[in-house]
Amino acid sequence: MKVMAQVGMVMNLDKCIGCHTCSVTCKQAWTNRAGVEYVWFNNVETRPGQGYPRRYEDQARWRGGWELNRRGRLRLRGGGRLKKLLGLFASPVQPELKDYYEPWTYDYQNLVQAPLGDDFPVARPKSLITGKDTRIEWSANWDDNLGGTAQLGHLDPVVEQVRRESEDRIKFEFEQTFMFYLPRICEHCLNPSCMASCPSGAIYKRTEDGIVLVDQDRCRGWRQCVTGCPYKKIYFNHKTGKAEKCTFCYPRVEIGLPTVCSETCVGRLRYIGIFLYDADRVTQAASAAEKDLYQAQLDLMLDPEDPAVAAAARAGGIPEDWLEAARRSPVYRLAKVYQVALPLHPEYRTMPMVWYVPPLSPVVDLLSGQGHDAEEAGNLFGAIEALRIPVEYLAGLFTAGDTQIVTGVLRRLAAMRSFMRGITLGQGADEAIAAAVGMDAAAMYEMYRLMAIAKYQERYVIPKAHVEQAHNLEEMGCSLDYDQGPGMYPSEAFGEASGKPVPVAVENFHALKQRQTGSGEVQPGELHGRVNLLNWDGRGTPPGMFPERRDTPHPATASPADGAGTAGPSPDAAGPSDHATGASGNDEDNRPREQR
Amino acid sequence: MGFLLWGVLPYVMVAILVGGSIWRYRYDQFGWTTRSSQLYESRLLRIASPVFHFGLLAVIAGHFFGLVIPKSWTEAVGMSQEFYHFNALFVGGVAGVCTLGGIILLIYRRRRTGPVFMATTRNDKTMYVVLVAAIAFGLWTTLASVFLGGHGHNYRETVAPWFRSLFIFRPDVAAMAAAPFAFHLHTLVGMLLFAIWPFTRLVHAFTAPLHYLFRPYIVYRSRDRQPVPGSRGRHPGWQPIGTKDRERRQP
Ligand code: SF4
Ligand code: SF4
Repeated sequence: MKVMAQVGMVMNLDKCIGCHTCSVTCKQAWTNRAGVEYVWFNNVETRPGQGYPRRYEDQARWRGGWELNRRGRLRLRGGGRLKKLLGLFASPVQPELKDYYEPWTYDYQNLVQAPLGDDFPVARPKSLITGKDTRIEWSANWDDNLGGTAQLGHLDPVVEQVRRESEDRIKFEFEQTFMFYLPRICEHCLNPSCMASCPSGAIYKRTEDGIVLVDQDRCRGWRQCVTGCPYKKIYFNHKTGKAEKCTFCYPRVEIGLPTVCSETCVGRLRYIGIFLYDADRVTQAASAAEKDLYQAQLDLMLDPEDPAVAAAARAGGIPEDWLEAARRSPVYRLAKVYQVALPLHPEYRTMPMVWYVPPLSPVVDLLSGQGHDAEEAGNLFGAIEALRIPVEYLAGLFTAGDTQIVTGVLRRLAAMRSFMRGITLGQGADEAIAAAVGMDAAAMYEMYRLMAIAKYQERYVIPKAHVEQAHNLEEMGCSLDYDQGPGMYPSEAFGEASGKPVPVAVENFHALKQRQTGSGEVQPGELHGRVNLLNWDGRGTPPGMFPERRDTPHPATASPADGAGTAGPSPDAAGPSDHATGASGNDEDNRPREQR
Repeated sequence: MGFLLWGVLPYVMVAILVGGSIWRYRYDQFGWTTRSSQLYESRLLRIASPVFHFGLLAVIAGHFFGLVIPKSWTEAVGMSQEFYHFNALFVGGVAGVCTLGGIILLIYRRRRTGPVFMATTRNDKTMYVVLVAAIAFGLWTTLASVFLGGHGHNYRETVAPWFRSLFIFRPDVAAMAAAPFAFHLHTLVGMLLFAIWPFTRLVHAFTAPLHYLFRPYIVYRSRDRQPVPGSRGRHPGWQPIGTKDRERRQP
């Protein structure tokens, strides 16, 4: 047994309102550069829907992930090593920009600079690839909400599969059936096929926390990883010629902060914590028969309370506070203890480590829509059994088609609902409800606390990286100066205005700020007032996060008024270099604040 | 003159090639990439790129045969001059035509596909000129031999001995000087190509990932690991990689 730690995430889909805040903040932090305009490390898909890139789940076409060969051994679906090498010169099944979308901006300048005329000036869409006028035809969330589900829903590969299996017995009228949101990041798989496809060996899994990263210095742009990842979560930066992917915000996680997408999630539905797993059995688990994959992955996760596991973990160099974090891990509890979280597409055999609590709301909505009491356990249980469409669809997403497992999870969620209603209405805890789904009242209440109350500290149990493990993380150096020292993470209460200011967070803020401003590349002036969300801990508003207030006179309007800047400390008095910066910014509101 | 061209220049070229590559490898790991444009366009690329690259591999193999293996060796294994020549010209010709055709198609694609053209730097353009010239002159020497029939020049008695003599640091300048003009031209352009090689995107060839055949599928690496040579130094933390934002570039 080789125990390793993995940072994992669980998302509770019932709470996702599809607001895309996570996508936007992620983009602001990581992919707001030329070359990665089309790249969404985090994207939110409306399901049923095609996803991003379009129909990425159709592995017959995209050939991502693993499959079993005739002898039952794992093999890359995209082909073996030799085949990959022969395909270097033109990757056979790489998605093109048109499978994503052609990124664009608008010619806002025209709105203010158009010459006087009879027509209203318009801001035309301009392609960010060619710079020419473009027609917007698709985007990362074009089929958002009901935007096209009725017309395009049948293009969803999971829908196709469910239909095939039910022999078209079910008539799909999605707009009347159900809909939910699926936020997706890289799964930081235990058996990543992106990594296995990379000819250069540039993609690696960090031994300390299992985060999968692309070594930008080693990547040579062979593009095989794009094909290899079944979730299409590796993107090709067309400017630098290197692959990029979700980093699990490792600079934040290393100092105990949750990822940007989690921190900013409006629904507060993301959980981050540690899984302990047995690295020696990963391949074996990934080679399980399709129907056993979920169970195999569950078995891979080790019980942190088990003394044998703890001993093996210590022997493997996992520090004590990481073990403690593993014991308190919300993701482990949701996935393995309560068994309400499921992996996305286990049939790809990459052993994904971002799990999902499937949504009960389609069932609840339907019930209440039909005038039933949608919180009564009996009704809910009955409905889960009866409503084949949502269950089969969810099974297509989360359990490789096994409806039993999905039903089990939904029943637990339903039980929690009516159990808690009993308590709220003063009828007391109904043990029978808990027992009906194989839990006891105490566990049910705990689960409720974790899922519904979901305190910040309970959602994110992230041990910090260790000094002895990472000598060059200067965040650690800073936090060492404080009384609490490293490894005392329960004291941290980052973000969300929770309690007294925590020294380490302040320190982190400065350290992060320093390292982001220190290297010449990211001078504040060059950021043009944009905020790098990587150093935002959720408290306060850093300068530039929002456009400046207008209570100071705007230079454009002020200058003519005070006589071409002769009187008073006009904004024009700023240094020439600042001036140049300001002049180049195409959005006046985004000028660096030094100019004020 | 001959001494300068065939006795000194080759060593200068090698010095630039080796020194330049080492320098680039040490200081520009991040720029070391194929800079693939497949994301923009892949219909033409899917045909042209393999034709070009496989053709080129065959051409390289051909050069190896022609230049490195002495005539006496092939004769020793009973390969007649005619047979050798026929093979060399036929296979070499086909490979050369493929390579040239491939690159012409690639350049056509590069010119005609808006985004691909926009992603073409001046460095790329220079490189293409030299590369095409080298291929074209090389093909010319081959085709000339074919159409001149038996009267074709036997480079195995001039260019090849000179090439081998370079490695023992006693360049046989006279042998090379005796070769016809076309060979001189091809060799010179070839040397130019190798001299600019380390400074262009061609470097990706030096990191052809053959080790992929042998490495384990899953790569674990510690956060602590020393960076590979040439990676950006361990200066503090994260900084945006890649090119400047196109939209917000300073004037
Ligand atoms: S989800 Fe992430 S770790 Fe898994 S194969 Fe794709 S890119 Fe790799
Ligand atoms: S921020 Fe949260 S609620 Fe909003 S789309 Fe993302 S995951 Fe859903």
